[in-house]
Amino acid sequence: MSKTANCGLFIDFGSTFTKAIVIDLDGERVVGRAQSPSTVETDITVGLNAVLDEINKAREVEPACRYKLACSSAAGGLRMVTIGLVPDLTAEAAKRAALGAGAKVVGVFSYKVTRKELHELETMVPDIVLLAGGTDGGDQETILHNATSLSGCNLHAPIVVAGNKVASDEIQAILASGHKEYIITDNVMPEMGVLEVDKARSIIREVFINRIIEAKGLKKAEQFIDGILMPTPTAVLTAARLLSQGTAKEEGLGELVVVDIGGATTDIHSIARGDPTQPGLVQKGLPEPFVKRTVEGDLGVRYNASSIVDAVGREHFEAQLGNSDFDLEEAVNQLSLFPDRLPESESERGLDTELARNAARLAMERHAGTIQTTFGPEGQVLIQYGKDLRGIQNVIGTGGPLIFNPFPGKILEETLYSEENPFSLKPKAPEFYVDERYLLYAIGLMSEVEPDKAMRVAKKYLRRL
Amino acid sequence: MKQKTVILGVLGVDAHVVGNKIMEYALRKEGFKVANLGTFVTQEDFIKAAVETDADAILVGSLCGHGELDCRGFRENCIEAGKGDIHLVVGGNLVVGKQSWEGVEQRFKEMGFNRVYPPGISPKVVIEDLKHDLGNKGP
Repeated sequence: MSKTANCGLFIDFGSTFTKAIVIDLDGERVVGRAQSPSTVETDITVGLNAVLDEINKAREVEPACRYKLACSSAAGGLRMVTIGLVPDLTAEAAKRAALGAGAKVVGVFSYKVTRKELHELETMVPDIVLLAGGTDGGDQETILHNATSLSGCNLHAPIVVAGNKVASDEIQAILASGHKEYIITDNVMPEMGVLEVDKARSIIREVFINRIIEAKGLKKAEQFIDGILMPTPTAVLTAARLLSQGTAKEEGLGELVVVDIGGATTDIHSIARGDPTQPGLVQKGLPEPFVKRTVEGDLGVRYNASSIVDAVGREHFEAQLGNSDFDLEEAVNQLSLFPDRLPESESERGLDTELARNAARLAMERHAGTIQTTFGPEGQVLIQYGKDLRGIQNVIGTGGPLIFNPFPGKILEETLYSEENPFSLKPKAPEFYVDERYLLYAIGLMSEVEPDKAMRVAKKYLRRL
Repeated sequence: MKQKTVILGVLGVDAHVVGNKIMEYALRKEGFKVANLGTFVTQEDFIKAAVETDADAILVGSLCGHGELDCRGFRENCIEAGKGDIHLVVGGNLVVGKQSWEGVEQRFKEMGFNRVYPPGISPKVVIEDLKHDLGNKGP
């Protein structure tokens, strides 16, 4: 690292592409970018060096980098299985902790895990298992049973234990006797109605940095860069939090939602309290984390295009596209077979937009809270579950299918509150922004070292619609 | 002796929160660990909380007069959830109209509640009974 080095290099090892962005830290502007197919299966450094070469070629002088930081969703991302006791309580709390840590949750188990479930769990080959269950001082039987099962199973993933603290000494002994790697941390639900996922999230991130990077063969990249700091979704979530809250010197945008539409999933991140905004509402359900991420594994506009069509109905797509010669089924198949291909015909472009619009709408409906009405002796009662996002002032769109669509506003419109479905608490009148430079992951990484600059760069490059 | 855990809440579509807060305060003062679910609590929510916290008792408040309807099947649902032996207590304005208390108490006991209290009962009485009952039940 040289004193005159004035650039930051930020890399995303994706499952398909390795992407890099160079930011001039003094000028606070983007001065280079490149992408090349990822080579994680063979040697991660091949793809990385291809990207670095491309960046150097484009500039007369090689950029002198003060920081070289990366995030990764390569090699399947951070695959996690979560285990809790009651599905709505500690099992849900554990799942939220894992999602908030940027994981791809591949399995959720509750109550005592059966032999059949344990076998399923083994075949999922998770990178980390998050074991919860019981409030502090509450049920121990289930988590002890599950720890015993995990201890004896054919699984080499580290186990993060975030359940009833009273059981933790015994759990420690059980997992040690099975030669499992484990970390005991604070309970994700220490009391009824209290969700504490931050500690578990940061432990998961530590495990990711210390163990998973190496286990996935990504460590070699560290010959050329300072480190892989976090899973890519965490980088986006970190950027979202920074943009919302700002820094001591740079004002944030306030509460916001990030809509990240991808080929395989659509993620929604909300940085918002989501308290009821109308009088007389009663809030029920598990408390909502201020920084919340949900992932819709069935709403990707490439690999899962057919499940979007199924969810909405083919008639809707046929009516919207208005082209009777267009073979919808074939087009949807092609999308999942050739996810990198860009749309060519008018109908294909229309289909792309329509898929993205529906992915955005459904993902936001699942993320946002809802109101349910119920009747009692004193008349109608409104009960709110989840976050009320109606007052949110900013919605930021990212992800290839949204960024490269000519009408990102048309897609983001679908995330808005609608009188047709008044009980879905979606944003009413936010400003729309597009991450048109595909910068959010880099902002998240940069905020770890230069938060003020990261905030200014983000403000400069997010395009307001 | 291990601190006893109780689940507290107002059952059904019922917003009467004052007695609930008083009970919570009184129970905590007497050394109980209280998970207060507040108002508008369903049977399922009471039972899920009892499972997660390994509770010793569920204290159900019902103030709106629909208690008999709302409480139906409570014990059976506890049995289904593996908490069949939990101590069940109910109190409040359980029924509307002029009915003999003995009859009301009898009906709720038949539903599987261990203790049934009439309107205006002092928290002190409830807590003394609870200590007695859990003491007898406990290890």
